[in-house]
Amino acid sequence: MSWSSHEHLEKNAILLLLLVIVVVSIGGIVEVIPLFRKETVIEPVEGVRPYTPLELVGQNIYIRENCAVCHSQQVRPLRDEVVRYGHYSLAAESMYDHPFLWGSKRTGPDLARVGGKYSDEWHVAHLKEPRDLVPESIMPSYEFLLNNGANLHDLKQHLKTLRTLGVPYTDEMIENAVRDAQTQGTSVGRVDASGLEERYGEDVNARDFDGQPAHLTEMDALVAYLQVIGTMVDFDKIKDVESYGEQEEEAQE
Amino acid sequence: MSSAAETPNYNYDIVRKFTLATLFWGVIGLSAGVFIALQMVFPDLNIEPYLSFGRLRPVHTSAVIFAFGGNALFATSYYVVQRTCGVRLHSDKLSNFTFWGYQAFIVMAALGYVLGVNQSKEYAEPEWYADLWLTVVWVAYLYVYMMTIIKRKVSHLYVANWFYLAFIITVAILHLGNGLALPVSLMGAKSYSAYAGVQSAMIQWWYGHNAVGFFLTAGFLGMMYYFVPKQANRPIYSYRLSIVHFWSLIFIYMWAGPHHLHYTSLPDWAQTLGMTFSIMLWMPSWGGMINGVMTLSGAWHKLRDDPILQFMIISLAFYGMSTFEGPLMSIRSVNALSHYTEWTIGHVHSGALGWVGFITYGAMYHLVPKLWGRERMYSTKLISMHLWIATLGIVLYIAALWPAGINQGLMWREYNDMGFLVNSIIEVVVAMKPYYMIRVLGGLLYLTGALIMAYNVWKTIRGDVNEKEYATEQQGAAA
Repeated sequence: MSWSSHEHLEKNAILLLLLVIVVVSIGGIVEVIPLFRKETVIEPVEGVRPYTPLELVGQNIYIRENCAVCHSQQVRPLRDEVVRYGHYSLAAESMYDHPFLWGSKRTGPDLARVGGKYSDEWHVAHLKEPRDLVPESIMPSYEFLLNNGANLHDLKQHLKTLRTLGVPYTDEMIENAVRDAQTQGTSVGRVDASGLEERYGEDVNARDFDGQPAHLTEMDALVAYLQVIGTMVDFDKIKDVESYGEQEEEAQE
Repeated sequence: MSSAAETPNYNYDIVRKFTLATLFWGVIGLSAGVFIALQMVFPDLNIEPYLSFGRLRPVHTSAVIFAFGGNALFATSYYVVQRTCGVRLHSDKLSNFTFWGYQAFIVMAALGYVLGVNQSKEYAEPEWYADLWLTVVWVAYLYVYMMTIIKRKVSHLYVANWFYLAFIITVAILHLGNGLALPVSLMGAKSYSAYAGVQSAMIQWWYGHNAVGFFLTAGFLGMMYYFVPKQANRPIYSYRLSIVHFWSLIFIYMWAGPHHLHYTSLPDWAQTLGMTFSIMLWMPSWGGMINGVMTLSGAWHKLRDDPILQFMIISLAFYGMSTFEGPLMSIRSVNALSHYTEWTIGHVHSGALGWVGFITYGAMYHLVPKLWGRERMYSTKLISMHLWIATLGIVLYIAALWPAGINQGLMWREYNDMGFLVNSIIEVVVAMKPYYMIRVLGGLLYLTGALIMAYNVWKTIRGDVNEKEYATEQQGAAA
């Protein structure tokens, strides 16, 4: 092929446009399409469930405030990270995050394993004024979350939307979305949490998170979300993530 | 390239509008950058909820990438396509719509961020309604551009237009591919991305890296391919190199996204592909740089007195530097250290401030006198001043953030003799403070340069003549 054959493209703009489309499409097709096959991507681990309605409200606050620009949620399998944060992140753990919140920058610490690491009181005090607990912190204050009521009015619609996109919310979960959110953020003993536990498992954190038992605030929602991040998979049960599926099969045999 | 004398038939009005918008948003975007850099030193500057770092960071990135960069691309592509095709831009009405429609998109997006409406996807933060609106504007842009090309009076399409065309169509593909989302209700702002977890990550960085590759590279290479030869008054160095570099650049860029996801839950094969293609990308990138710089062959003396050409050549130097640094950082073991750190921010800014900013300033200084029918810019000295103040600003910025990032990465992974981690996270945050302060200073200098430019442009548009400079030049010419 001689150089002059390129002239055809320079003289025919439509042909040039079409060829550009073909050339730029190849990379994406090869890298993206295979990821739509679940088995290619997700390790067969147990425990990952859809977020409860209150956790979902919390995650949406996390998205709204753009926490991910300073906090990653992705522990890499490097020695220092596993020592500092805990088990490295698995694909399954973010399979219900629309979109992923892995982040790309750590101005502050990674949060992929933050759930259960601190008390609710710590989180509330820290979000209210980070410098009260960590004097050198440069994080903004989020005191206003304590005064904002958690927005529950269209929660059902949120769950329905996510179900359309593939998150396995059941009819029952959608029907009880608002009640489940209220139940989860209220002190145990004041309400019956059995329905919530039935739908989302017994490990679900149901309590007043923000120290204001009479109000269900955005602070309740955000802390409920923070407390569940990275806690769904029980890593003590799994010796070796890579061969977990095979172990299961052997055990069955 | 058309060497025809200026034809009054060209639609310069639209180019003037986009040029002014470029300068306006440039100042806004840089100011937002300086402000959030200050917030990282003085956290009390966070005014919650509306002006917290998290909400303002996308205001900064969108304002510089899409508002400053986008308007610059509109302005120059509309200018270049007319000049190189020898015809007036297709449809005044539609091109006017692209102007107001695009500004409306920017305002819609920025207002959303401040009010807490964003998707938390980097460089794709706007919610579904703004995304849809941008799609309409972008289709109009492609249509206006294509129709102008189709009506052209010359048979060959000049290389700058290949790059602009690839930029417009590929950005459309990326925007549609990554933006797919389902709104919770048609009356509300909130939507959920169609993708989750690993898929979402891969598609986001397929988009994100090519926002760099096509918005900030291919588009601006189009600018380079027209304005460098024009300003140097020399033909482009190599036609063959431009062919090879064009096709390899647009092909390879699209594979590079996964280097943003090393050591994550993304399957290893995808990471390896991303790394491999990122390293390959070094070659076409330098092909472009060489083609630009070597255009000065035989005209190097012009570089001595022409600050506009200096802007362009320094910009190409930064392009070469950051496209070498990028492949380096995409190597997995380097990335293990550099990822999540300030090094990435330093890298991005050497590209954005050095390459994108400087090639735009060069093109704008070339354009403004032509658009407003003036002989030259009001003051050449002020251009020179802008150049050196801004260069010093970049040097301070990147010289602060490179060591900051490396320091950060090393501190995170430092062990003592007993095998324990030495530093807590907050100790690393504290160690960053001096670097953050130098960064603020660098950003302030860069912003000062942009303000000097705004003043110079304003004087030029008014038609003022700098008597003193003019007199000195006349003397020089007489001697």
